[in-house]
Formats: sequence, structure tokens, C-alpha cells
Amino acid sequence: MRLKIPTNFRIIRLPCTGKIDIIHILRAFEKGADGLYVVGCMEGDCHFNEGNFRARKRVEQAARVLDLIGVGGERVKMYNLSSGEGPLFAQYSIEMVNKIKELGPSPIRLARQRMSKKADAA
Amino acid sequence: MIIAEKKPIEEIIQEVKDFDRILILGCNECVTVCEAGGKKEVEVLASVLRMYFMAQGQEKTIGERTLERQCDHEYLEEIRNIIDDYDAVVSLACGVGVQFAAEKYLTTPLLPGVNTICLGANEDRGLWTERCQACGSCVLARTGGICPVSRCAKRVLNGPCGGSTNGKCEISKDTDCAWQLIIDRLKALDKMDDYEKVAPVKDWSTDRAGGPRTVTREDVKI
Ligand code: SF4
Ligand code: SF4
Repeated sequence: MRLKIPTNFRIIRLPCTGKIDIIHILRAFEKGADGLYVVGCMEGDCHFNEGNFRARKRVEQAARVLDLIGVGGERVKMYNLSSGEGPLFAQYSIEMVNKIKELGPSPIRLARQRMSKKADAA
Repeated sequence: MIIAEKKPIEEIIQEVKDFDRILILGCNECVTVCEAGGKKEVEVLASVLRMYFMAQGQEKTIGERTLERQCDHEYLEEIRNIIDDYDAVVSLACGVGVQFAAEKYLTTPLLPGVNTICLGANEDRGLWTERCQACGSCVLARTGGICPVSRCAKRVLNGPCGGSTNGKCEISKDTDCAWQLIIDRLKALDKMDDYEKVAPVKDWSTDRAGGPRTVTREDVKI
């Protein structure tokens, strides 16, 4: 399969989405990520039974916090697909990238840019 | 253990907004187990505050540290060399830890990052429930190991009140009647005779009624 996927996101592999914690999501935003999505196996198909359900909860926690501090909870999302669904993976990545483009850069990234400009000027 | 829950982020933001250098101080004991104030919660709160203030265009220093306990001198001493680097500390320990730190570091504002709820058990994943109110003279031997002081809304000591219905307390259909639990357990223990014995008047002077309590042990003092 030679599927076209956007080039402006980075894949971070996890042994299971159950490994993801809210802090990993928050750190990505703190470092300036504009968006983040977690792709887990189909619900009910987790090799460790509950990994992807845990991941969903953590994505929801992160979304709530990001909303609260004005970064925007819609910048994080959880998707589920099976390992055989390459085209769907491509479709989700396009969907997410388009969504982030629509939302524009994260306020944290903009703040970081302002701060480094200020530091350069000083 | 002591059960606490995280304070809402908005409340913490209000508490710290006027300080520039803030230390988030966690505790490795009870609040870690009830997922309110351990190392992980310190990391999350610090990250959230950094992002919040960054988005507001404010540059703040937010430090992170988690101590073995905040209710012991020796561990609290570990921050003595860094305490002056901060304008305020948000302690994620229970109320004991916050106060003990405040007593030690007189010139640094100590702000609570959690609400301390009760002495309770880890009943289920994500569920912590009260079991003891530290009344100072335990009656569990007479009550089948179930506490009427903490688990009965009226703290009655000689059987249920008239509001006990189908095993539930009159305060809520979701709350077990402590005395129903006690009777069920006494039956299981074949100790219903105990139930017939009228409890002596309880000494409430060992409870909060007697003011702040202390335990002094000459045998362990040095
Ligand atoms: S009787 Fe008092 S000490 Fe014993 S469990 Fe109940 S509140 Fe705690
Ligand atoms: S119903 Fe039971 S638990 Fe509730 S107040 Fe009465 S005796 Fe106590």
C-alpha cells in the first residue's frame, strides 16, 4: 500500500495505547505541538483488554484540562482502528491535520515564539 | 490512609496567580495512592500551570518536587536549600503536610493543592470511601469490625435509628446503613449476643470535642 499521508506530524510508537498518560499528552502541548491524536486498536480488541479504554479516558482528561487553560480540548482526539486498516489510518491523519489547520497554531506555540523573539531582542 | 482529592485547576490558578516562582510539592504517601498529590499529579499540575501562564503571556518559574512524606521533619528538610528560590509553594499533601511545611518555612506562603476528605480505603479503582474518623477510643471490637462513628450519619451506638430501610441509611439510598452492616456481620460471626449489650456512654473527649489531640510516648522519646 502506498498511501499518501500528511508529512507534518510525528508518529510516536507505544507498545499499547494503555501506556499513554495525561502527562505525555500535556508535555507534547507544552513543547509546542498544535495537536495530538492517539490511535488505538478497536475497542474490545485490546491485547491487554483495557489498554485502549484507559487511553480514551486519558485523552478525555487531557482535553478537559486543555479546554480549561485555553489551549483547546479539540486539539486532542482518540481514534480506534485495526492493524489492517492502513487507508483508514491515512484518512484519520488527514482529518486530524485538516482540523488542526482550521484551528490554527496552538496558543502555547505562539507564546513560545513570542518569548524566544523577546529573548533574541534582549 | 488519608484520602484527598485534587482542587479544581481554576482555584489553584487563583491562588498562585500573583506569584512568579512557584514550587509544586508532592508527597509519596497517601495522596500518591489516592492519585491526588503524588509525583504524577505534581508533573501534571506543573505542566498545566506553565501552559496556562505561558498562554497569558506571563513567564513564571514552576518547580516540581515530591517528598517521601510531608508530615516528617527529615523529609521536609530536603527542600530547605531550595525554598528561597520560590515565592510560594503549592503542596499536594494532605492538610497535615501543608501545615507542617508551613510551620517549618515561616516566610513562604504554603497553599493547599488538594482537599483532604477523610480516612478511608481504596474500595475500587477510582473509588475511595470513609472508614474511620479517628474518634480516639475505638469501638470496633463491639461492632463487628464496622465503625458506627464514621459510617453512621448520626453516630448512634446502640443499633439503627428509625430511618434504616432495606439496609440503606435515610440520608441516601446509595449509603449503606452502618447498623445494618454491623448486624449482618455480627450474625455472620455468631455474635448477636453482643448486639443485645447496651454500649457504655462513649468518651467523646478523645474525639474532636476535646480539642486538638496529641499522642505522647515517653518510651520512644530520646
Ligand atoms: S470507632 Fe473511632 S477509631 Fe474506631 S474506626 Fe470508628 S472512628 Fe475510627
Ligand atoms: S439509617 Fe443507619 S446509618 Fe443512617 S443514621 Fe440511621 S442508623 Fe445511622
